[in-house]
Amino acid sequence: MTEPLKTLAVWKFASCDGCQLSILDCEDELLAIAGAIRIANFTEASSHVIDGPYDLSLVEGSITTAHDAERIREVRAQSRFLVTIGACATAGGIQALRNFADVAEYRRVVYARPDYIETLATSTPIAQHVKVDFELRGCPIDKRQLLEVLSAYLHHRKPVISTESVCTECKRRGNPCVMVAHGTPCLGPVTQAGCGAICPAFNRGCYGCFGPMESPNAASLADRMAQLGMTEPELQRVFRTFNAGAAAFRAEGERHGR
Amino acid sequence: MTSNDPPASPTAEAGHILPAAHFDALLTLLHEDGFDVRGPRVQGGALEIGKLPNAAALPQGCSATQEPGAWRLQHTGTPAWFGITHGGMSWKALLHPARTRLWSAERTADGFSVHEDAGPAKPFAFIGVRACDLRAIAVQDNVLQRGPYVDAVYNARRNGAFLVTVDCAEPSGTCFCVSMGSGPAAGSGYDLALTELDAGSASHRFLVRTGSRAGEAVVQRLGLCEATHQDSASAKAIVEGASARMGRSMDATAARATLSANRESPHWQDVAQRCLSCGNCTMVCPTCFCTTVEDTSDLSGDIAERWRLWDSCFTFGFTHVAGGTVRESAGARYRHWISHKLLNLHEQFDESGCVGCGRCITWCPVGIDITAEVAALPQDVS
Repeated sequence: MTEPLKTLAVWKFASCDGCQLSILDCEDELLAIAGAIRIANFTEASSHVIDGPYDLSLVEGSITTAHDAERIREVRAQSRFLVTIGACATAGGIQALRNFADVAEYRRVVYARPDYIETLATSTPIAQHVKVDFELRGCPIDKRQLLEVLSAYLHHRKPVISTESVCTECKRRGNPCVMVAHGTPCLGPVTQAGCGAICPAFNRGCYGCFGPMESPNAASLADRMAQLGMTEPELQRVFRTFNAGAAAFRAEGERHGR
Repeated sequence: MTSNDPPASPTAEAGHILPAAHFDALLTLLHEDGFDVRGPRVQGGALEIGKLPNAAALPQGCSATQEPGAWRLQHTGTPAWFGITHGGMSWKALLHPARTRLWSAERTADGFSVHEDAGPAKPFAFIGVRACDLRAIAVQDNVLQRGPYVDAVYNARRNGAFLVTVDCAEPSGTCFCVSMGSGPAAGSGYDLALTELDAGSASHRFLVRTGSRAGEAVVQRLGLCEATHQDSASAKAIVEGASARMGRSMDATAARATLSANRESPHWQDVAQRCLSCGNCTMVCPTCFCTTVEDTSDLSGDIAERWRLWDSCFTFGFTHVAGGTVRESAGARYRHWISHKLLNLHEQFDESGCVGCGRCITWCPVGIDITAEVAALPQDVS
């Protein structure tokens, strides 16, 4: 007798849909995914929705409205295992820049009818609202890491997801260090591995899409980037992108730009 | 007895001469003998170790400056072919690969079958190994081949490798091989040792010393002329000049006592303020040998693989045991690394784990300098 397939649901909160699209981007593996797990609720892929509860939920996006703060509790209640995917869900995303600004003023300046807009003053990660079983980093997530998390979940093992620096995979890949060899500022030393060191492989500095690594020393790196010519506003800006709300990047951003 | 054993009797005392114009004959011979010939190449504004089809692929006309946290390629038009000491990549990347699949297993009707990957198809020939890196290979030989447990991956890649060294004429700003007794002239373990002479002139040539029977055979087959005593005097002067221009120095003997006496020094916290724990020093170190293994399975659960990767003692995972990570502070991790290099390897393998190549200084994004950190610790006065 074969065990029935586990069910999968994919949820969207405040986000750009890029991480969900990473699932559909698994073109070669898509049939294998569909064969290994029952895609029960994934409206980006199909309007056919099967009611919960679900064995595994993938949650994209951050919490920016009171309605979403309520909805994530409902999602948690019907999910046996909940994995957040991407920088929005794990750190608040680019929209966490609002955490450093006056949202009421934004609302007044941007919208013709500010009274139509119902929003919270902050963008916060899912883990700040409900229990999260595993967080997958990235803006967007890496498709190989997603497949690894799904495989690990299906076969009851711990996913092999490194929390060390981008430098470790950059060096293993044989890239020359862009910071040392070219003087290009790079967030690789303080950023979690997982992307495969894509940007340095193309001679660009790391943008920090995967958020802070396990033991980030952002202050020391920022001091070095200042020596390489970065101004205070530039230093603030490099730490205030997709993971602006992650503790280590937030603290370093606050240290600069004045 | 293998072909890499030392020669039974010394060859011509002063060595032989390989004219630069005939350098390709050496490379052709090695290619024809079935070697995978690798050497330094400029790629993307940095120095890598790549396939070496001919001498024209060498970094001719280039040099590089090295200082803490900075490596810069210079198109100086120097006539030397081996004007760049080294880049961040060492021969370790070929002998002890950064990522290697140890085995894969596949589910079968009555269980599972295991497949091991074969080693490289061809033996390596390395051209332009620096003296420090030759010592580093010897350190890894000791660790990975000479103990009770021989590392199969390393063994398959190291055995039969043909090593051609080039003595350094111009050390970099972070070099300290003289302090570590590893250079700038190649010690033992090479097949051929070259010294580049009179680059830029019509008599641009290499003094060739042989270090093995395999090396002797190559010299004979190339039909090289014997060198004069003046050639060897020139080579000696080049090496002496390089020795006098070391970018850095360290008292390696005192360092052992200093590190022993400063396990609890507040200086480790000072290093921790700067250290990124990024692991770059361990990745570029030509003697660092630590690895981790990762097991994966595919979605169907029918295929499993075990991969081996370079690990770093700067990660939490390195000392993760039940209950957590043993070395939680960056200071503790740096202390462990520097102690392992300069002190602990002596106790385990009777030699230093540091060869003075200076890569950890140059390729540290924030320029932490192993020689300066040793010097900053209070000297052992006992």
